[in-house]
Amino acid sequence: MTSLVRFIEQTGRSSLTALEEIGYHAALFSESLYWLLAGPFLGQPVRLPTIAAEMMKIGVLALPVVALLSFSNGVMMAIQGIATLQEFDAESQVVPGIAYSVTREFGVLIAAIVVAGRSGSAIAARIGSMQMSQEVDALRVMGIEPVRHLVAPILFAMLLMMPVLTLFADTAALIGGGLYTGIVLKLSLSTFIDRCFDTLALYDLMQGLLKSLVFGVLISLIACANGFSVSGGAEGLGRATTRSVVLSIAAIVVADMIFTYFLNR
Amino acid sequence: MNQAALNPAAAPVIEVTNLVTYYGDRRILDEIDLQVERGEIHVVMGGSGSGKSTLLRHLLSLNRPASGEIRLFGEAVNHLSARALHRLRQRIGVSFQGGALFNSLNVEENVAFPLREHTRLDDNTIRIMARMKLEVVNLAGFGQLMPAQLSGGMIKRAALARAIVMDPQLLFFDEPSAGLDPVVSADLDELILRLRDAMGVTIVVVTHELESAFRIADRITVLDKGKILITATTDEVKQCDNPRVQNLLNRRTEEITVDADEYLQRLTDDLNGL
Repeated sequence: MTSLVRFIEQTGRSSLTALEEIGYHAALFSESLYWLLAGPFLGQPVRLPTIAAEMMKIGVLALPVVALLSFSNGVMMAIQGIATLQEFDAESQVVPGIAYSVTREFGVLIAAIVVAGRSGSAIAARIGSMQMSQEVDALRVMGIEPVRHLVAPILFAMLLMMPVLTLFADTAALIGGGLYTGIVLKLSLSTFIDRCFDTLALYDLMQGLLKSLVFGVLISLIACANGFSVSGGAEGLGRATTRSVVLSIAAIVVADMIFTYFLNR
Repeated sequence: MNQAALNPAAAPVIEVTNLVTYYGDRRILDEIDLQVERGEIHVVMGGSGSGKSTLLRHLLSLNRPASGEIRLFGEAVNHLSARALHRLRQRIGVSFQGGALFNSLNVEENVAFPLREHTRLDDNTIRIMARMKLEVVNLAGFGQLMPAQLSGGMIKRAALARAIVMDPQLLFFDEPSAGLDPVVSADLDELILRLRDAMGVTIVVVTHELESAFRIADRITVLDKGKILITATTDEVKQCDNPRVQNLLNRRTEEITVDADEYLQRLTDDLNGL
């Protein structure tokens, strides 16, 4: 009996904590938007150099990894596609297969997972160590809102760079798939690209880009929230960093599933 | 203009009335009443766990009290709007215990940071003003170093330079001598005294260092277990006959009376089968 009570108590408590956390993320989001939109009129703008620096760290520096992963992923899909479709003598249908799955799913997924791993951890660690060394308190007592100074530039940079990275990942994956298909099916890369453009509608690209914005918001909020919540020294910092990456990737995949369901019915 | 600004001589810079705070169920500060007068150096002294750091966080409005009121420059900080609080905070400088310098910026950029955020001065003016403050704290020529390259004493002085860069009317100092050797610590005490004389700024220092406290203080507040034991001038504190104040001043440990039954109870409290 007591164990049942304890179980219910535990479940209730963790549900409350989870709710509280979701609420905190929502507050962080609305506050960042507030500063991005209203900051310039209040004389507390979100600084452009800071945004540019974040864009560099989040987006530009991630390009090589995104390129490598997307290219490999494109090749992989071509290999699998051709192998499976061969059973039905339909290997030429591999082109629309790759084109659809890359633009709708895999481009954005790879971009988001790379950003979650690279920037999600870096952001959580940076804000977490600032929290530990009282730098966040220092900002506050100087009359500088930490959300405006730390979170808003990250969110804005993320919203700008995620679509760019997604388009870049799409391109790299299509080139990878195209090259492999070209070699195996004796299809020139230009024919491959022509046939991609024939199959793809703007809607397919938009699906990926829309999701990239959502993923960008998720990564920024989860990373920043975990950074601010750091307590308990170096161990706590490590925990927050790990938690930020794991939670971001989980949130990305689940959100992806939900979006895909509603966008493809 | 509010009342306090019209009548500067009479109004205290800080006025705390009946401040009570909890950490979980534990009462950290118990009915704190405190007044800091304009232009004085007021030292809040107490051992570890006395609640002095918590009191400081409340004075900086980083924590919200369970009950009670804190007034800075006559304004009740709990009831201020976010914008008004931002403006109020520009009149306050804080030097944190560990410095809290921004690790990604060099010393000069750290000192210039509040000016960049709050003023529209051009870049050269800002840099000159930052260097002037670095001169004040004897850090001239160290502006290009990163915080990680500084010694403990230099970090404190750089943090002080950043705290005074907006020419605040009220300056908070958290443990100025913590982690410093006696000579460097004495230097810092001199610097605090010089600043008050030069800028006429009101200074609140939170510390557990007796020597430093008695050297710089005009008045001392002794905090113990969340309660104020005494607020008085240094001489009065020295002559105070409260045994707990004397224990603190003479570095005597409190005698703890042990009740045998309670002791056994504590040891076996949550064990089964006893």
